[in-house]
This record gives sequence, structure tokens and C-alpha cells, in this order.
Amino acid sequence: MLEIRDLSCGYGRRTVLSGISFSLAAGELLCLLGPNGVGKTTLFKTLLGLLPAHGGEVRLDGQPIGRWSRRRFARRVGYVPQAHTPPFPFKVRQVVAMGRTAHLAAFAAPGRADLDIAEAALETLGIAALAEATYTEISGGERQLVLIARALAQQPRLLVMDEPTANLDYGNQLRVMAHVRRIVGTQGLGVILTTHDPNQALLHATRALVLERDRRYGLGTPAEVVDDGYLRRTYGVETEIIDLARPCGTPRRICVPAEIGVRP
Amino acid sequence: MLTRLLVLRCVPAPLRTWTLSARLAGLALLVLLLALGSLAIGRYPVPLASLLGILTSHLIPLAPHWTPEAETVVTQIRLPRILAAILVGAALAVSGSAYQGLFRNPMVSPGILGVSAGASLGAALAILLGLGMLGIQALAFGFGLLAVAMTWAIGASLGKRGDPVLVTVLAGIIIGTLFTAFVSLVKFVADPYNTLPTITFWLMGSLASVDMPDLALAALPILGGMALLNALGWTLNVLCFGDEEARALGLETGRLRLLVILAATLVTAAAVAISGIIGLVGLIVPHLARMLVGPDHKRLIPVSALMGGGFLLLVDDLARSLFEVEIPLGIVTSVIGAPFFLLLLKRSQRGWS
Repeated sequence: MLEIRDLSCGYGRRTVLSGISFSLAAGELLCLLGPNGVGKTTLFKTLLGLLPAHGGEVRLDGQPIGRWSRRRFARRVGYVPQAHTPPFPFKVRQVVAMGRTAHLAAFAAPGRADLDIAEAALETLGIAALAEATYTEISGGERQLVLIARALAQQPRLLVMDEPTANLDYGNQLRVMAHVRRIVGTQGLGVILTTHDPNQALLHATRALVLERDRRYGLGTPAEVVDDGYLRRTYGVETEIIDLARPCGTPRRICVPAEIGVRP
Repeated sequence: MLTRLLVLRCVPAPLRTWTLSARLAGLALLVLLLALGSLAIGRYPVPLASLLGILTSHLIPLAPHWTPEAETVVTQIRLPRILAAILVGAALAVSGSAYQGLFRNPMVSPGILGVSAGASLGAALAILLGLGMLGIQALAFGFGLLAVAMTWAIGASLGKRGDPVLVTVLAGIIIGTLFTAFVSLVKFVADPYNTLPTITFWLMGSLASVDMPDLALAALPILGGMALLNALGWTLNVLCFGDEEARALGLETGRLRLLVILAATLVTAAAVAISGIIGLVGLIVPHLARMLVGPDHKRLIPVSALMGGGFLLLVDDLARSLFEVEIPLGIVTSVIGAPFFLLLLKRSQRGWS
């Protein structure tokens, strides 16, 4: 379990976020919403231990993350970066097997058992057919799924996903989110992800952390914090929050642009 | 041409399904045959029967049916040179492969952090001071390490708050330029009739003066460093995805990067110390190897070693047999390498496969 207490973070001497407190437990899907440049990626890098915190602390299983070795940390927390292309044409199978790195002895390469775990991760996401494809030649949506599979092969308890649906077409956005929800539901992982789409938070998240300008933030259930007020304050747009009437199943809430979208 | 044979596209289709060890064994056999052939090449003709006799006489006692001159030429002159070509070619290709992975850039060569420039200054200084062959090698090796140490120190101190890899590469370029300027200074003050030509020839690269003791000295850091880089194969794969991702995947990247640089620098400095500056091998051979076995460094490193060794041996054979006068090796590798590289560039527009 990840606990963030009164965290300040930023690059170099510039602090972009401060006073952030929240926690993430198994089985939770926490959506992080916020405008560009508000510090979402900085926050992620800080709680992954890739950037030093400017204040406050991040604890994993009760221990400050500074005391975790990269190897131990990677066995607990998986990171799914935004899809990009490395300079060399690795096979998808090899990329996913890299998720096993934290479980390998020094100077060792993945063995049979590791490759089986990688294979299973690919199957979980329904992309086993891509195993022999070249990572640099598949589509952006497929690459994003491969990176999620790589993080699953890490067998972590928590997943940190940086805009997993950015640059994906509509179908792939829905597909990736469905997979994320299923992983949270069936494997009991805790997931924190950033998104620009308030509907992803409303539809899928168990909790939402909304970052506003001026270093203010809100934390709560999506229904509590993702509302027209937040969207107006943060983005300067008018929206309507609508509860979908459904005869059965859980009620669903979505947000749509108001008739007049922009304030005069 | 043998180099063309080594390229995957020219290999018959069934060979592509060979397992890694079979491919490695095939390549090793090819290099061995090339080495045997190279023993027979040269201005002093050695008949094949004599050559085989000389070689087997070291294993089983044979009554010599060859001239003592032939034995001297084969064992004292050609054999060390052939072994040196294989060793130096392997060294440059392996450190090139490792650096291309580490810096995530297929355009990187082993000299990227200044090791060649440093070694050049060491050798130039040793020649200026009138030191012998051993002194030249020792200073070249030492200054090669020194240049990379300076690059590393700058990268480590200035790269804390930025991209450490980028800062290290930029520091390498500056240190390389600085050491090259000092080489020019040494050449400027050197005796133009005696010392200056020696320095100039050293900088062009040659294996003509390598003997067995030199080779034994250089073999230790080269083989040790290559073994370490081979063991770091999987780490290099993960480092190809960048510093942050590699850390998130569980690697202590700072420490491992230092280890790779240390190993590659030992390998390159020792190679340059006995051969002088030989360009393009460390840039081109990794690409050829990648065409054959893909980007996985577990395969790429050993295949680079074999292909680099074979390539430089072939080029050295050309250098010493094409014309009456021996051509410096660095010139031949560059003349062969430049068009070859352009060909690679044209072929691999879709990424570095």
C-alpha cells in the first residue's frame, strides 16, 4: 500500500505541487485529473522515486521509498509509461520479458519460467498473437497494451500508469480502460492513472484526485470531486453532469459539454 | 566477399532458423578459416603444406620439411598480427554494440566518451618523450582511461539535475575535442623529420608491429571487459528503454551504467593501445550483427565479437597485400566502411534492424 503525506514535488528547485496527501490500496483505481503542466507527471515520478521529493514523504508498506532498493520497489510497483519507441527493433516477447528484470539474479537473463510469465501477461491482455511481432512496428494502441503487459509481468501489487489512453483512438481507449478495470477487479491490483478525460474518472475510478491550478486539489469519489464546478474552475468550460437512467446495474454518471461550451 | 556473406539477407533461408549456438559456432569456424587463410597471405610465400606442417608441429613433433624463414614468418610475424586483428576488431565491435545500447543511439561509436582521443594523446606524448613500444602502449591505455574518467566526472557532477546520459555524451565530445587539441600541440612541437611521422602513422592505425608479449598484455583487459559486457547483455536490453524506465523496472542504472562504461573503456583503450586509431569498425559491425541476430544484447555481444574479429582480419589482409607498400589500417577501414555504412543507412530506413 502506498501512502503519500503532505508531499511537495517539482523539478530542480521549482516546486510545482505541494501539500498532496492520499493513499492507494489494493483493488483501488485512482484517477488523477488535471490540466497540462499542473504537475501530474512530476507527481508520478516523485512517488516512483525517480525524482527526489521536495517535502513530505512517500511510504510503501509503511517504509519511506528512499529505503527501498530499485529492485525491491519494482517487485511491488509497476510503471506504465506513455508508449514510445526505443531505437532498436526488439520483439514484443522480449519487451514484456523485461518486466521480469527485478526478479532476476544479477547478470542473468529471463529463463523459461520468466518467459512463461511474460506469455501469460500477454494472454491476460489478449495480445498473445503479437508475441513475435516487432515492438517498433506495431500500432500505438498495441504498444500501450504491451507496456501494460510488461508491467503485469513484473507481478507488482500497484500499477502507476501515465496517461495510458493518450494518443489512442477511441476504440483502443475503451479497450485499454476495460483491461485496466478487469485487472483491478480480478487481480486485486491497486492502480493510479492519469487522464485528461473526466468521463474515464466518472465511469471507472473508485476514487479521483483532481488537481487544480494554484496548487489546490480535491480527493474523493469521482461523483464528489469531478463536477461541473471543478471543470469550470480548471478548464474554463461549461459542462453538464448527467446520471444515466439504467434499469439494472450500477448507475453511471457522465459529463458532456453544455450547450454553450465556453464562457464569454 | 566474406562480409557480404555474413549479412543475413545473403544467407540461405534455412540458416536463419539455426539456433544461436549453431550460428555462433558457424561464425567462429568462419573466422578460424579466415585466420588460417590469412597465415598464407603475404609477400613471403608459404606453401599450404609448409603452413599446415608448421602449425601441427606445435602439437605433435614433426620433422621440418619447410625453411626456418617460413616458420619465423608464420609464427613470429603473421600469427601475432592475425590474433591482434581478431582481438582488436572484436574489442571495437563489442564496445560499439554496448555503447549503442547504453546511449540508445545507433550512431554511437566506441570513441564517444573520448577514449580514442585520450589514447592518441598518450601515444603522442610517449613518442615525443622517446619511450619504447611498451611506453607508447602504457601511456595510450592510461590516457584513454583518464579521458573517459574526466568525461564521467563531468557527467556525474553536472548531470544530477538533468539527463545524465545526455550530459555524459556532451562531456565526451568536449573532452575528445580537448585531447585532440593537445595531440595537435604535441605534433606541433615534435621533430618534423623523426617524431612527427611516427605520431602521424600511429594515429592512422596499424597492426604491423604487434608481437606476442604486446598481445598477451592487451588480451587481459580486452577479454575481461568483453566477458563483463557479455554478462551485462540483459541489462543493456533494459537500458535501451531509457534511464527512468530501466529504474522503474528495477535496475540501479547509475551503477550499471558506470560498469558498462568501465568495461567498454578497458576494452577500447587496450585495443587502441596496440593498434592505434581504427575508425568505423565499432560503428558498422554492430549494425551487421544486429541484422543477423536482432537487437538482443545477449546475442548481439558475442556475435559482434566474432564479426568484428573477422571483419578487421579481412581488412588487415587487404591492407598488407593490396599494394607493394602497406596501407595504414585506419585508412582502409574508413575507405571500405564509409560506403558500406551509407548502404546500411539506405537499407534500414525503417529502424535499425
